[in-house]
Amino acid sequence: MFGLAKSRRLRGALAGTVGVGLVLGAAACSSSSDSSDDDTASAASIDCAPYKTFGDLKGKTVSVYTGIVTPEDKAYKDSYKPFEDCTGVTIKYEGDKSFETQILVRAKAGNPPDLAIVPQPGLLKQLVATGKAVAAPAEVSANVDKFWGADWKAYGTVDGKFYAAPSGASVKSLVWYSPSEFKDAGYTVPTTLDELKTLTDKMVADKKKPWCAGIASGEATGWPLTDWMEDFMLRLSGPETYDKWVNHDIPFNGPDSTAALDAVGAYLKNPAYVNGGLGDVKSIATTTFQEAGLPILDGTCSLHRMASFYAANFPAGTKVAEDGDVFAFYLPGKDATSKPVLGGGEFNLAFADRPEVKAFQTYLSTDTWANIKAQASQGWISANKGLDTSKVSNPIDKLSADLLQNPSTTFRFDGSDQMPAAVGSNAIFKQMTNWITGQDTKTTVDNVEKAWPAK
Amino acid sequence: MLTADTNAGKIGLMIAAILLFAAVVGIILFIATLFRGRLADRFTAYIYLAPTLIMLAVGLVYPGVRTIYQSFFNAAGDAFIGLGNYETIFTDSEQLTVLRNTVIWVVLTPFVATAIGMLYAILVDKTKFESFAKALVFLPMAISFVGASIIWSFVYAYRPDQANVKQIGLLNQVVVWLGGTPQQWLLTDWLNTFLLIVVLIWIQAGFAMTVLSAAIKAIPEDIIEAARLDGVGPWGMFRFVTLPAIRPAVVVVLTTIAIGTLKVFDIVRTMTGGQFNTSVIANEFYSQSFRSDNQGLGAALAVLLFILVIPIVVYNIRQLKQSEAL
Repeated sequence: MFGLAKSRRLRGALAGTVGVGLVLGAAACSSSSDSSDDDTASAASIDCAPYKTFGDLKGKTVSVYTGIVTPEDKAYKDSYKPFEDCTGVTIKYEGDKSFETQILVRAKAGNPPDLAIVPQPGLLKQLVATGKAVAAPAEVSANVDKFWGADWKAYGTVDGKFYAAPSGASVKSLVWYSPSEFKDAGYTVPTTLDELKTLTDKMVADKKKPWCAGIASGEATGWPLTDWMEDFMLRLSGPETYDKWVNHDIPFNGPDSTAALDAVGAYLKNPAYVNGGLGDVKSIATTTFQEAGLPILDGTCSLHRMASFYAANFPAGTKVAEDGDVFAFYLPGKDATSKPVLGGGEFNLAFADRPEVKAFQTYLSTDTWANIKAQASQGWISANKGLDTSKVSNPIDKLSADLLQNPSTTFRFDGSDQMPAAVGSNAIFKQMTNWITGQDTKTTVDNVEKAWPAK
Repeated sequence: MLTADTNAGKIGLMIAAILLFAAVVGIILFIATLFRGRLADRFTAYIYLAPTLIMLAVGLVYPGVRTIYQSFFNAAGDAFIGLGNYETIFTDSEQLTVLRNTVIWVVLTPFVATAIGMLYAILVDKTKFESFAKALVFLPMAISFVGASIIWSFVYAYRPDQANVKQIGLLNQVVVWLGGTPQQWLLTDWLNTFLLIVVLIWIQAGFAMTVLSAAIKAIPEDIIEAARLDGVGPWGMFRFVTLPAIRPAVVVVLTTIAIGTLKVFDIVRTMTGGQFNTSVIANEFYSQSFRSDNQGLGAALAVLLFILVIPIVVYNIRQLKQSEAL
């Protein structure tokens, strides 16, 4: 009797064992890619001379964790190849769409990658605050001094200590348009904010809805509006006030901030100006940012303010060039002489100081890597001054790179990316969304100010 | 050491995990057989319970206590602020909207889903096409919340009222056919919460229908016959025979759906991301903890959710026990 019961129990236990095993097996199958299994046929053609300084790193591994996933990850892996082939190191690249939340979890749990590609200075600060990040080695610091402006180095610096070298960059102060429409209707690219307004009114007189916009982006809905506001803040109040505003040395509900948001409202909350091909003002809230610029191709919208990376959103076969189907012009400054540029970028933050990690960090901060990466990818540039813009083939990348390297340009990093997370990735998005669906400017800036965490 | 770098490594890891698990179970079984005598049964029971208790302690009790502890701290988790986070939840206008929405969800979803499920179960009971009709309502149960949300996002989709622009959303197309202008359904406060609730009802009605239909079929035939002989009409039959007989099942369905509704997260997150005043506690908890990096407030919201679920769970268990006793 007992024996029977026991064997039944055993059988049950075994069934459970197999079940759990299957689940574990399935979990183990989740992806983790290894760039070393790509073909190595090109190894012979690489000139290994520039990599001699990194020494022999055979058998060593560096793990990279990032939010950059397919298809953009391929160019990253390809750009690591020469370094891997010449030093013998293996770079383990792991792309994860929920990088921004997971990297914090991993850092806090003591399980960080060797290197993280961090897209926001605000997140960088949070990561440094976990105490797990390590400062950049002297070689990286020297390279950044050599190849980047002081402003870029400052974004990778926390409390006076330099941590992360810049990686890629994107230009946000761009307005997409149809070159053929401009040619046919006799429009010219504006060079001041006043001209932009005149151009818009001219389009309205031609019975057009000039602007199209969309801010829907899942839980980050609202972010394109923060870019609009930052662009106008930078133009109307100047870079110094902009910095104070971002660092909260002046309140978010101050006069400068209110004026900037009202200036955005003059475009986006004006029913005569928006939302070309997409609906009324409120439709901005429900249109995804990916779809928002597409009406330019249909001729139902003429102007769309969006970053350089938007080029990838046009359907395959669309010619993105000055003489093509769509192109972008620089969102002009208040006058023709000032050239403020709003942009974004990524930073390489290390969590380990093993020699191979240091070497890899150093490699990523060189002009060698910037040029290899730019040639391997579509729609990628860097603010690295060693980047040879004549070799950038894509017209929109060339425009962006030229803007970034132009000495008269005043570059400023995306403000909401630098604000504390409670504001920069939550309150400001929500309030901007409420603003576009009817909330007034004062309530909006007051609510964002209220959400600012006490220091 | 085994790593999950290669396929062979992964399979090796899997086999190692299975062997490890089998070994642990084997050791427990072995220890259990060592006890003899009067107290053997009791010891055996404790030993079998031990792994569960240990896992509950590590996986449930510890995180639970830690979350409650964290809820008394500030955003960074380094300064004690007492009930500050709870004060925020009950005074901040945005958090009050979250509470309001949660109440609407919890009050509406279980009752409407159960009512629809029950009505449907009674209507199709003993008809010729019963199994087919039941399958139709049960199908949404097989769809994940995120999948259902995407389907319904298309139902509510909006395209402007312009020449050459065609509606792609079912609801707006119906409105246009009836001569109306398309609406942005998910933007309007209050209405949007109800439209999101429809999605959960669509999923849960099938569950209610299945359980209640089984309960209805279990009503003894002689009771129904006796009632018929007494000349009870259809309403009386439902009110005095069916409903009392299936009451335990109704309670289980109601409470199960209510608990699920309190935890609703996927639908809100997928369809509106909590924008336009549609956020609920579970969604707000996530966005405070992980987007805003406000650990304290996030923990407080989680604790609140926990407290709200407790009475329903207790009621559910008591009802289950009562119905088992019957």
